[in-house]
Amino acid sequence: MTGIRKWGQPPILQISASFRRQRGNWGLTPFSWLRANLFSSWLNALTTLLLGYLLWRMVPPLIDWAFLDAVWTAPDSKACRAASGKGACWAFVAEKHRFILFGTYPYEQHWRPALASLLLIALWAVSALRVCWKWWLIPAWTAGLAVIGILMWGGIFGLAYVENERWGGLILTLLLTTFGIAFAFPLSIVLALARRSRMPVLQGLAVGFIELVRGVPLISLLFMASVMLPLFLPSGVSIDKLLRAQIALILFAAAYLAEVVRGGLQAIPAGQYEAADALGLSYWKKTLLVILPQALRIAIPPLVNSFIAFFKDTSLVLIIGLFDLLSTIKVALTEPAWTGFGVEAYLFASIVYFVFCHAMSRYSQNLERELARAEEGRRR
Amino acid sequence: MKALVMIAGVLIAAVAAVPQQAAAQSTLDTVRSKGYVQCGVNTGLAGFSQPDSKGVWRGIDVDLCRAVAAAVFADANKVRYTPLTAQQRFTALQSGEIDVLARNTTWTITRDTGLGLNFVGVNYYDGQGFMVPKKLNVKSAKQLNGATICVQPGTTTELNLADYFRANKMTFKPVVIEKLEEVLNAYFAGRCDVYTTDVSGLVAVRASRAPNPADHLILPEVISKEPLGPVVRHGDDRWFDIVKWSLFAMLEAEELGLDSKSIEQHLKSANPSIQRFVGATGDIGKGLGIDNRWAYNLIKQVGNYGESFERNLTPLGFERGLNRLWTQGGLMYAPPIR
Repeated sequence: MTGIRKWGQPPILQISASFRRQRGNWGLTPFSWLRANLFSSWLNALTTLLLGYLLWRMVPPLIDWAFLDAVWTAPDSKACRAASGKGACWAFVAEKHRFILFGTYPYEQHWRPALASLLLIALWAVSALRVCWKWWLIPAWTAGLAVIGILMWGGIFGLAYVENERWGGLILTLLLTTFGIAFAFPLSIVLALARRSRMPVLQGLAVGFIELVRGVPLISLLFMASVMLPLFLPSGVSIDKLLRAQIALILFAAAYLAEVVRGGLQAIPAGQYEAADALGLSYWKKTLLVILPQALRIAIPPLVNSFIAFFKDTSLVLIIGLFDLLSTIKVALTEPAWTGFGVEAYLFASIVYFVFCHAMSRYSQNLERELARAEEGRRR
Repeated sequence: MKALVMIAGVLIAAVAAVPQQAAAQSTLDTVRSKGYVQCGVNTGLAGFSQPDSKGVWRGIDVDLCRAVAAAVFADANKVRYTPLTAQQRFTALQSGEIDVLARNTTWTITRDTGLGLNFVGVNYYDGQGFMVPKKLNVKSAKQLNGATICVQPGTTTELNLADYFRANKMTFKPVVIEKLEEVLNAYFAGRCDVYTTDVSGLVAVRASRAPNPADHLILPEVISKEPLGPVVRHGDDRWFDIVKWSLFAMLEAEELGLDSKSIEQHLKSANPSIQRFVGATGDIGKGLGIDNRWAYNLIKQVGNYGESFERNLTPLGFERGLNRLWTQGGLMYAPPIR
């Protein structure tokens, strides 16, 4: 990396070359690959041996615990208690999976939240495909959410009415996330634009909101929404508990996302603004057509970062008694017959969370790559 | 901008208009027009209120909610449950989000007088106790001088413990652990000699978590009073009466020997107390503003207190103890229903 910098040959090229060297040469025989990558020096050889030893000590017992000695099905927890310490009790998950996934939703009607969850995931998947980025996504989402609402609430088409106090489990987590992001993201763009606006009142409001909301932990916002807010409302008026939590989540996410979007906005060179002004574009045209598309593209990694964090943040609603995925697990564990299998229960939760978070992060990587390629194509 | 101001105006007017409407209605009227009782329960406490594997709420607190619904609607299923954390419970009641709070809440003077609430009675007498491994050969809490005691912090449990030992001029070494799971692991691993919490908690832990329940002894001393009971808002005496007498009816039925299976046969009983109870004579429903057969419906659908106890608490290893009827040496006593 110490090479002489010449015009047109930025150091970044050299860094990537050195990376390629470090990643090892794949075209050689296995033996030389080992030597190049795992035993290239005394220190590396020692590290390799040490890690290999640790793996050898840790992996077989883990496999024994998770698979070979595990109790997969059991009518009650006795078999699990007998195997405790030696094998995992997946019978707990087998017994409680429907409660964990659907909460207190009426048992015979579980197909409704199941279908709603699949529909919601499908909507996300479709919206993720770039070929589907067309105007019809908006009516598709509207229709999809309407169907989900009908499925969850019922009350028409012969579906029994289910009040939203009974919603729970995965669908609650997904709905809180979906509506959270759907409302927080546009709000955050407005906030970010307002914060960069030259109108002092607008700017002051945006700064005040962002700093206020960012300055307190999410837990206290949720507490405010669930404990304080009802006291300020006149008696007889009550906003649904779920809605209150959702609003608190939206406000919280919006404050964070606004700063991410502002970061993207600030990365746009002044030349872009000037060029747009020179074309005679109005403020909104300039913002919507020139600035935002570029700013949001720059902001993809931190945006997805915030989305993932937000997805996991929704689990905090357990402190206000909403049965999201994590709370249902906690409640399932309070049944005396099944207490003490927390490791299995939380492993199950972490697998579910991991699947969603990993999908999001992989998607954002692909999206970045695709957009970068598109950008390159345009430059050429 | 004008449109915004107008929308805001309309909203404020709408919000302002609703309370006058609501204030005129009693809780009973509101509950009737809603068509269900909104009941605040624990998010998950075995035997008191807990959703089972199918998501159905069960427990003695849940049974109380069902009893109120059966009394008001003649249908015990017209209840909606709001799971509440300890911090939320009183606000939820004060703000009108729930109609009854049945969430293992200890009756104290501060809560009864300072929060705008009324405790209607006691549906479980609890108290703090001690559990020790039998191999220590301890028979009484008075022998615990110098013991290492596992306790969870921040609750009255810790304070009661210190008070008790100071009052008896004994010393102890506290092992304070925040999480229930970990405090239990510490006790069962032998890190402390004694585990202390409410007796109901000790019983549940011994039945479910002890490798061999017979190895552990719950000492006879109960060092605090924890009467748990349902709560309603101040200012609506009619509703207060309905919830109170729903609880009393469950106790009275047990005393009269009426349960969900036998009450049908007792409809034509010659016993005047039973006749009044099932609504064949007298007017026990009139003063409450509900159906005269409310107690019959309640017992038919929910059962008496003893049935509720046996259904929810006995399988967890609870003994009736203080919660026996007064006729059997306990504290459960209902004023006469006539």
